[in-house]
Amino acid sequence: MEHIRTTKVEQVKVLDRFSTNNKSLTGTLYLTATHLLFIDSHQKETWILHHHIASVEKLSLTTSGCPLVIQCKNFRIVHFVVPRERDCHDIYNSLLQLSKQAKYEDLYAFSYNPKQNEAERLRGWQLLDLAEEYKRMGVPNAHWQLSDANRDYKVCETYPRDLYVPRIASKPTIVGSSKFRSKGRFPVLSYYHQEKEAAICRCSQPLSGFSARCLEDEHLLQAVSKANPVNRYMYVMDTRPKLNAMANRAAGKGYENEDNYSNIRFQFVGIENIHVMRSSLQKLLEVSGAKGLSVNDFYSGLESAGWLRHIKAVMDAAIFLAKAITVENASVLVHCSDGWDRTSQVCSLGSLLLDPYYRTIKGFMVLIQKDWISFGHKFSERCGHLDGDPKEISPVFIQFLECVWHLTEQFPQAFEFNEAFLLQIHEHIHSCQFGNFLGNCQKEREELKLEEKTYSLWPFLLDDQTKYQNALYSSPPHRLTVLEPSTVSFQFKFWRSMYHQFDRTLHPRQSVFHTVMAMSAQNKQLEKELRDLESKLQQHTNKQTAGVLTKEQLHSVRPDSPALKASLCLKEQALLPVADALRTIEGSEATDNRYSDYAETFAKAEPGVVSLEYGVARMTC
Amino acid sequence: MEFAELIKTPRVDNVMLHRPFYPAVEGTLCLTGHHLILSSRQDNTEELWLLHSNIDAIDKRFVGSLGTIIIKCKDLRIIQLDIPGMEECLNIASSIEALSTLDSITLMYPFFYRPMFEVVEDGWHAFLPEHEFELYAATTSEWRLSYVNKEFAVCPSYPPIVIVPNSIDDEALRKVATFRHGGRFPVLSYYHPKNGMVIMRSGQPLTGTNGRRCKEDEKLINATLRTGKRGYIIDTRSLNVAQQARAKGGGFEQEAHYPQWRRIHKSIERYHVLQDSLIKLVEACNDQTHSMDRWLSKLEASNWLTHIKEILTTACLVAQCIDREGASILIHGTEGTDSTLQVASLAQIILEPRSRTIRGFEALIEREWLQAGHPFQHRCAQSAYCSSKQKWESPVFLLFLDCVWQILRQFPCSFEFNEHFLIMLFEHAYASQFGTFLGNNESERCKLKLQQKTMSLWSWVNRPSELSKFTNPLFEANSLVIWPSVAPQSLQLWEGVFLRWNRSSKYLDEAYEEMVNIIEYNKELQAKVNLLRRQLAELETEDGIQESP
Repeated sequence: MEHIRTTKVEQVKVLDRFSTNNKSLTGTLYLTATHLLFIDSHQKETWILHHHIASVEKLSLTTSGCPLVIQCKNFRIVHFVVPRERDCHDIYNSLLQLSKQAKYEDLYAFSYNPKQNEAERLRGWQLLDLAEEYKRMGVPNAHWQLSDANRDYKVCETYPRDLYVPRIASKPTIVGSSKFRSKGRFPVLSYYHQEKEAAICRCSQPLSGFSARCLEDEHLLQAVSKANPVNRYMYVMDTRPKLNAMANRAAGKGYENEDNYSNIRFQFVGIENIHVMRSSLQKLLEVSGAKGLSVNDFYSGLESAGWLRHIKAVMDAAIFLAKAITVENASVLVHCSDGWDRTSQVCSLGSLLLDPYYRTIKGFMVLIQKDWISFGHKFSERCGHLDGDPKEISPVFIQFLECVWHLTEQFPQAFEFNEAFLLQIHEHIHSCQFGNFLGNCQKEREELKLEEKTYSLWPFLLDDQTKYQNALYSSPPHRLTVLEPSTVSFQFKFWRSMYHQFDRTLHPRQSVFHTVMAMSAQNKQLEKELRDLESKLQQHTNKQTAGVLTKEQLHSVRPDSPALKASLCLKEQALLPVADALRTIEGSEATDNRYSDYAETFAKAEPGVVSLEYGVARMTC
Repeated sequence: MEFAELIKTPRVDNVMLHRPFYPAVEGTLCLTGHHLILSSRQDNTEELWLLHSNIDAIDKRFVGSLGTIIIKCKDLRIIQLDIPGMEECLNIASSIEALSTLDSITLMYPFFYRPMFEVVEDGWHAFLPEHEFELYAATTSEWRLSYVNKEFAVCPSYPPIVIVPNSIDDEALRKVATFRHGGRFPVLSYYHPKNGMVIMRSGQPLTGTNGRRCKEDEKLINATLRTGKRGYIIDTRSLNVAQQARAKGGGFEQEAHYPQWRRIHKSIERYHVLQDSLIKLVEACNDQTHSMDRWLSKLEASNWLTHIKEILTTACLVAQCIDREGASILIHGTEGTDSTLQVASLAQIILEPRSRTIRGFEALIEREWLQAGHPFQHRCAQSAYCSSKQKWESPVFLLFLDCVWQILRQFPCSFEFNEHFLIMLFEHAYASQFGTFLGNNESERCKLKLQQKTMSLWSWVNRPSELSKFTNPLFEANSLVIWPSVAPQSLQLWEGVFLRWNRSSKYLDEAYEEMVNIIEYNKELQAKVNLLRRQLAELETEDGIQESP
């Protein structure tokens, strides 16, 4: 709390991000230990978690006050105008401090208390069990076994304790190989394809330099290929561009020499590094955030940002991987430099294409747990949880989510979850509200005692799963239905719901998805009611057969009661409406900022020119 | 008959057909006067029936004696025929070329087509202007029907019946017609029942360089204003273009002569600029090998979405003036037959719930496009593959449909029709067995006796079996004004048209079907539950009566 000097500022204005006529809402700004809260004059609350703040900027003083622009990691951008410069300065300083914590212990997760008891909390952490997951894939088996080499994180600090390796690979082989791999990340099993008996393995780059070899590493790769009884050759996918991999050789790293490894087919796939991705996203956001954007500027911006090109590269790599397994029956070893960014993207996306389980809500959590959290994707560094090196921040995981979103667009029935699920997961990789994404590897998480001190996100998402379900989902006809997406360039679109998730005016005003979802939920209720009614009717029929003698008499005397008819009508009306709220058209409400500012301007002066920009009307004199 | 001369080889065997999404088929190719038919003469294989009028361009290639004809259709599909024998191939190609470019309208298929279905309602009489006017007549007496153009003498591109201000007599209309391009004097396009504001449309005023004026014209358009109210004139050309038009006798309304009107210039492209845009867009969409950068830059360079944004923005502006500011509108460009109609009809989609129903949308097309004299015959003569580049060819109507699709995407529950309906209209505007889109205006259609000699598209569409394909299952009548977003992030490439033949829509179609199933099932359950509730209530009352005495 020592960072907070002003807790409440009144008469603060919020400017609309895309409005060209400086339309604003006035309200009160509150600063709490965890959130920045703005309550506008309509009592609408906007909560901004300090951890979500990516940057705070104080612009030069204007006549109406001191502007403060806050950019969030979830792509919210708010433009406040604080009446007094002093207040603005206080808030600015506080937010700078609060949004950049130096220690893990100061993150929200360590103080967040969702009112669960200890047992519930622990059960939450046990919800996902990776040993179970490997069992589901059919591991251990005749070819693959659990290795205890890394039980105490002695071989590789950034790997989990439990690792699956070929049965024929001895411990000295593993240890030897780990010494020849960057950060000790030797080849281990990521996914096992039971039907094809082929494996996806992952590792980091070899320390081959220009000519170095390592027999153990060669043996380990051979063991991987031998573990596949159908196909003796295996693919080694280096997910980096060839040029980058070659440059690494000068630093004593590099890539596998096909001559030294028997039965390997080496392949570069050309995904760019974290720095390229970071600046690409930045460019993308600059383009899409511009006021009065023209169609041509938008598309030339999309092109020069290169973002969709990178997304396509990741997708192409995953497809290559899936094809190697399904078409050629070959095992694949995937690596990049350290084997925790591009490798995680390609392995997880490849598995998702191969195995429908990962397209379910629970399965998708397992996938993230396995290929991202457990294998040491550096969430804390990539998301900038702590005040650290800004060069370590990179949207690698977002790219994975975006690839999944593109798949949901191409295969609307293949996923149990919907877009909201992806957005919610994205929200929480930055929120630091739950322990799952804190730290950079399992060892670090254990040291932080996250399971004792924080809560796991997954049970909360599961509890809310009705929100994240896809009404159109149909579980695939057989256990291993492979997705074969198209990656023709025109299939890739700007993900508006992610990068403009808080810019309501840019989105469709009615959602097919919500309507169908609501209807599908209503169908379940109706089915239940139907059963109830049927059984009640059955009871009546039974009763009536008992009293059948009086029935005829009754019919003849029963009048056609108008009261009865009226009551029936009432009942019919009471039938649940299909989520009327969701169907309401916002377009014509007065609070809608597409057009509401139009009338005001009209009243003010006689306009000479009327123009419409960015969906918001503007009249200039 | 005269087609026989054009068909040198009516039949070739062992022709191989390649088309999108189907495996290649070998079969017999037949040419008739209006169709290209390929049949494998086996059961369970679909035959190809292609209207010659749907063919936009053909290419031929030879490898040895095997000829290949690539047929590019106006609906953007590309098919390939491998024909054994050089002579046969050449004959077929020249026949197709001749048959697909017949210059006499009366030789077109609609004059030969005999429908195999029963006509429930004759589409030629489904949307009579008199009936349309009755809808207005109930709420206002400020307007009247005028028969001044009965013989098409006052304005050749107007229908015989138009709606004009009550206070203006036919004599004045004749005078105004001489002051407006093509005789297109201002007529009522839309009446906003909420506040009585209107959209009128016309051709440009013929002010010329010396600032000619016409008192009757001024009187006419002022007659549409309420006392003390202002109106807006939306000129769909930029000020610069409008000024240049004066040199050719055209021009725009001078402030001095129209003091109650504010003029706003918007720049909507016309003619070959749009045609070029379409050609570039389709070229970009048809090349699947484009890298991401190349695709994005080609999409950008086509400018198609820029045109969409410009048209939608202008339509929104018109709708705003009407609904939010309570001002009447006069729209015109040069002739008033293209961008004027785009803007006027889109503004109605935004403002008027009826135009978002199937029937209402048909009425809108009939009134604001066909009767309003959009020259379909000229504009839709060729599509994206043509090389002739005639000035009058232009995808004006396709752009309008695309704009409607953009609004439909943003308000998916507010339209009674679905995307297929729009695609169907696109197809029929370019090639059809029906007479609806033939001719450039009502006068030409009258001379061609289309009503007697051809079938109306609406006669076919408005049968329950067809309507069910075009009905949006999500539709729930919505009486509100719907404001679309025109931000570039909110506009999308119309995949249903432009990527239709380039990517499989299998999974999307299946998902759509599943959605329909859920909605149908919902209706079924509701009905069942209601029935049982009623039964139960009856039984309970019986019980009550039983117990009470």
